[in-house]
Amino acid sequence: MAANEYVVRTKDLCKEFIMGDQVLRALDGVQLDVRRGEYISIMGPSGSGKSTLFNMIGGLDKPTSGSVFINDVDMAQLDAHELAYLRCRTIGYIFQTFNLIPVMTALENVTLPTVFAGTPTDEGIEKGIKLLTLVGLGERLHHKPSELSGGQQQRVAIARALANDPAIILADEPTGNLDLKTGKEIILLLKKLNQEQGVTIISATHDLKMIDVSDRVVWIRDGKIERIEERSEIELRVGELEGAEQ
Amino acid sequence: MITAGGIFLGIAFLASVLATGLIQQHLPVQLDEAARIEAANRSRWLVIMSLVVCTVGISNSMLMSVTERYKEIGTMKCLGALDIFIVELFLLEAMIIGVIASFLGWCVGFSAIFLLGLASHGWAVVGKIHILQILGQLGIAMAIGAFLTVIATIAPAIRAAQMPPAIALRAEI
Repeated sequence: MAANEYVVRTKDLCKEFIMGDQVLRALDGVQLDVRRGEYISIMGPSGSGKSTLFNMIGGLDKPTSGSVFINDVDMAQLDAHELAYLRCRTIGYIFQTFNLIPVMTALENVTLPTVFAGTPTDEGIEKGIKLLTLVGLGERLHHKPSELSGGQQQRVAIARALANDPAIILADEPTGNLDLKTGKEIILLLKKLNQEQGVTIISATHDLKMIDVSDRVVWIRDGKIERIEERSEIELRVGELEGAEQ
Repeated sequence: MITAGGIFLGIAFLASVLATGLIQQHLPVQLDEAARIEAANRSRWLVIMSLVVCTVGISNSMLMSVTERYKEIGTMKCLGALDIFIVELFLLEAMIIGVIASFLGWCVGFSAIFLLGLASHGWAVVGKIHILQILGQLGIAMAIGAFLTVIATIAPAIRAAQMPPAIALRAEI
């Protein structure tokens, strides 16, 4: 169990961006361990580096130094094929802007990753229908993204992220473009998937509603982890925060 | 769309030159040898130049259409698409556009010259053109059209496919 306890580990993760003649340090020695089946939120103000961290964990960008381990495999050691395989099978992505393919229907969008994984078409479609039903869109299989509301589009994106039964779902501001109520529904849906399917969820967000469902919250500021809190520690403080908001 | 327009015009021109050649073969009064070779050379250069210009035009419009879809490409890469898959996707699309546009371009170019020939020389000359010759020209025109579109697409497609997904996703149009 011990070897397998952490799905994601980052070690001294640094990322620098070069802006003209200035070097911008977006991540500065981030050390983060994520347990299997955990629901973890990365919180911080905009520009704090949470999206950068998200991109590093997802293998969408390469760190300047330090390393990311997914299931104890160092991502820097993987070649393009293996990286694509990892992105395809192990990680599911959810974006703030949904990023559905506009010319495809909901079902085609969800089956797309199964095509990349080499699943037979029939099986992929079956899976797609099952997943869309799971996220509550069983009636809208053949609608294009432009015919769906924001919340529905995000549900399609969640179904798509689950298409190849990933171990990890990475969500970058999944509720950023949604209104309060729809955002809450999406969060509850993610939590449900986390509990029922045991998938690890890592989400970068500044939506305080996320705290409710997270097992741990990682506060990040200026590219460094400020503090990591277990849910039990913050439950009391959520009340304070909500009180403060009103 | 611009891609289709470019290849359409290029192939229309190619078809018209080819068809002119065909009609000349069947003219009762043949030009003397030297003049014919000169004319053939001249039209060959014209065709090559026009196709080069149209290839550059297609590259440019393909570059645009690839740039427009950086976000889609990034998304597909996130979902586990290999670089080669994305290149294939664009090449396939280019080929379909190329084939359709060259077919239409050939139809327009050929029928224009055919009708002109009919008007100036009459059916006696035009009627001698064999159907196989016409089909052969159509084949050549479509092959050239599809080939040029694919050539023009390779560079932008490869460039787009090799981008790290994070950068592709961040791209704002």
